[in-house]
Amino acid sequence: MKRMGDFLLSQDPVSEIVIGNTAVVRAMIETGVRVVTSYPGSPTPEIAGAIGAINLDKRPFYFEFSVNEKVATEVAFGASVNGHLSCVFFKSVGLNVAADTFVQLGLMELIGGMVIILGDDPGANSSQNEQDNRHFSRLSYIPLLEPATPTEVYQMFKEAVLISREKKMPVILRMSTHVCHAKEKISFQAMQLQKSSDEPLFSPENGPYIPLTSKALNMKRKALQKWAFVKELSNESVFNVEERFQPKKGFSTDKVSINIDTQKTRKRGVITAGVPYLSLKDVLEEVTDKPDILKLGFVNPLPADKIIRFLKGHQEVKVLEELDDFLEQEIKRLAFEQEIPVRIIGKTDIEDWIGEYTPDKVREVMAKTWKDFPQPAAEDQERPKIDPRPPQMCPGCGHRSAFYAIKKALDENDITVADIGCHTLGALEPYNIGQVLLCMGHSNGTAAGLSLFNKKRRVVSFLGDSTFFHAGIPGIINAIYNNHNHTLIIMENGTTAMTGHQEHPATGKNFNEITQKIPLRQVLEGLGVKDIQEVDTYSQKKLTEAVKKAMNKEGFNVLIAKHPCMLKFTRDQRRAGKNIPNPVQIGEKCNRTYECISEFACPTFQITPDGTVWVQEDLCIGDRSCMQTCPVQAIEPTMKKGGDL
Amino acid sequence: MNQFDIYLSGVGGQGIGLLSELIARAIDHSGQRVIGADTHGLAQRGGMVASHIRMGQTVHSALVGKNRADLCVSLERHEALRAMNDYLKDGATLVYYDAVWQPLDVRMGTTKQIENVLISDEASRRGITAIRVFEEGLQEARMQNIVVSAVICKNSFIPGVNQKHFLSAMDDLMRGEMLVDNQRLFRSIVEKEQK
Repeated sequence: MKRMGDFLLSQDPVSEIVIGNTAVVRAMIETGVRVVTSYPGSPTPEIAGAIGAINLDKRPFYFEFSVNEKVATEVAFGASVNGHLSCVFFKSVGLNVAADTFVQLGLMELIGGMVIILGDDPGANSSQNEQDNRHFSRLSYIPLLEPATPTEVYQMFKEAVLISREKKMPVILRMSTHVCHAKEKISFQAMQLQKSSDEPLFSPENGPYIPLTSKALNMKRKALQKWAFVKELSNESVFNVEERFQPKKGFSTDKVSINIDTQKTRKRGVITAGVPYLSLKDVLEEVTDKPDILKLGFVNPLPADKIIRFLKGHQEVKVLEELDDFLEQEIKRLAFEQEIPVRIIGKTDIEDWIGEYTPDKVREVMAKTWKDFPQPAAEDQERPKIDPRPPQMCPGCGHRSAFYAIKKALDENDITVADIGCHTLGALEPYNIGQVLLCMGHSNGTAAGLSLFNKKRRVVSFLGDSTFFHAGIPGIINAIYNNHNHTLIIMENGTTAMTGHQEHPATGKNFNEITQKIPLRQVLEGLGVKDIQEVDTYSQKKLTEAVKKAMNKEGFNVLIAKHPCMLKFTRDQRRAGKNIPNPVQIGEKCNRTYECISEFACPTFQITPDGTVWVQEDLCIGDRSCMQTCPVQAIEPTMKKGGDL
Repeated sequence: MNQFDIYLSGVGGQGIGLLSELIARAIDHSGQRVIGADTHGLAQRGGMVASHIRMGQTVHSALVGKNRADLCVSLERHEALRAMNDYLKDGATLVYYDAVWQPLDVRMGTTKQIENVLISDEASRRGITAIRVFEEGLQEARMQNIVVSAVICKNSFIPGVNQKHFLSAMDDLMRGEMLVDNQRLFRSIVEKEQK
């Protein structure tokens, strides 16, 4: 393999095994994208990983992690109305944050073109819900293309750029989790790196760009006129493909062989798109009498003519789509308008609305649809049981030390409000800190509401440092402005840890360079927070006392519980060729109180069947934050040669 | 060969991603079609992580189906049982590195640690070939994935994929000292197994 940065820039045709998130970067470069923005969120951060693999001096476009998805969208928009082809990418729920900006984009003349990459997460693999963002496409008159494979990611991004530039309108490329993370060998085409103009082309004449009442409706009219154009494009698009099954030949996509007259007698068809299409193809490997397939790449607007033809050509059509009945509604509408006598089978029960359409899921859905499809096998009841293994904080994590200490300061009745980040894991056993969670930055608003009329139960909110900048600040200002009564604990680990250690405004670095640091404490002081404490989370006793003090005060106050992310720290140490400290050991003093296991719960501490505690040396990073938790000081440093903290 | 499905699992931090990339590239070097998918994101933090690798002309989705894997590879004992339970076909093959990273429930004493005998008993009940791998005195826990890949290679558990393909895949993925150390370890395991 060539280095990722090299093959992404290769001017010759090149083949590589890549994930969808890498493939899209090659497409950005080939199409001459000038500005790319984002806020980190699964399943998309590896797009930035691929961008970062290209040295800054060779990178053909500007990239930034903005402070949140809304700002990222605005930066990309600003670049586009100035004539630069731009792209913004973020996770599914990131679109909720960006929505205020996003819904306006369809009304604007985006002279440079703009592609929005949505990393949707069916199955909620790493999100707080599995929302179906196809609805946003309908809401905002922004076309949506949906690739099924990394190869299609590469091809459809280029298609999205063509449409966007031609009609000066935004286009969505919806990549779900297992499109972002699926890998396959892709043959990338040759490319000519074009020299782009830096000329600022912004002019109100290109717009209008100010949607005052008098203009807003006309702007909407223009958006709908563009929509009519894209509808035609969808009808002609090579990404909407009919596959017709013939028993001896298999599936054929040959246009000549698919003709309306010969389709009259055909019985069954399936309309599908994206990942469910691939799963269906897997299931069909086991089916003799295979249905025809209409595979959609244009999910909105739909190719009405192709769908009508497909409906007319079949007696029964199954609409196979994950999450909501987005395609089903539109397809049923078309059938009704055209008075097509076809049986359309959409979602049949609640389970059809839930979860990712993996091959297993599609097997279940199709078994309910047609009886000759493989039916679920009886479960083998004799298999040994094994409990799930949810994610947990890493060995040495400053948050573990914090939660251990904070718990000692809390009463059972206290209400703990979680936010998004690695510290959300505090909600799990044995800490159980964090009882309610909505979304990024919600904690101070929610905590304020919980504190109203509430004289009996204290309220404490949590917030990570990247989330502080992302969406946390308005809730803090509100708490000060409206005199709310709760304690905020900011879990500062100096990075955006959960999504892969991206920088944030307090770290003094952005994606490209050293930059001005914006320390949290200074921001809080500037906002007018009078009462701020700051404690290193490894100082557990001090932290417990600080929390007690904070929570017994009236009004709003802030405690910054800080310790650098130790996963990042140990990785940086290893990369720099430095040793990490020796693991700890359990000394003879151990009297089996199990505080290290049942309360502190670092995964390093394990237990033999006879109850002896042992240290899993593959896990321990020698951070020694555990030593203070043992009531009999049985956790000891080892004296072997090693690095020091 | 029409298709061959491999399911890999372990605990976040064990190096499943690299092992998966290594196997996928070895298959590619053998001239066979390969697709797959890895776990990224939050689950990597000490949770169960899985990778899917599918080879052959008749595979479409990047994800292996439940009870359909021809080969399960795991880097941890509990995850080996889970992989075998959830993904492995009866009569297929399980290769696991016998590291124990106890899940929380085991550490808290609410459930028992999985012992090797349970895995071997369950494997025989289902006609599965279960290979336990453990290398004494390994320089680095992060090299356990290389040991496992060497055992897979030596036993030709992946059709048409041999030592040359694995070594080429390492050439693709590693540089400098890391490449030298890992290739040396790989060769030594393959040769040791031969004796």
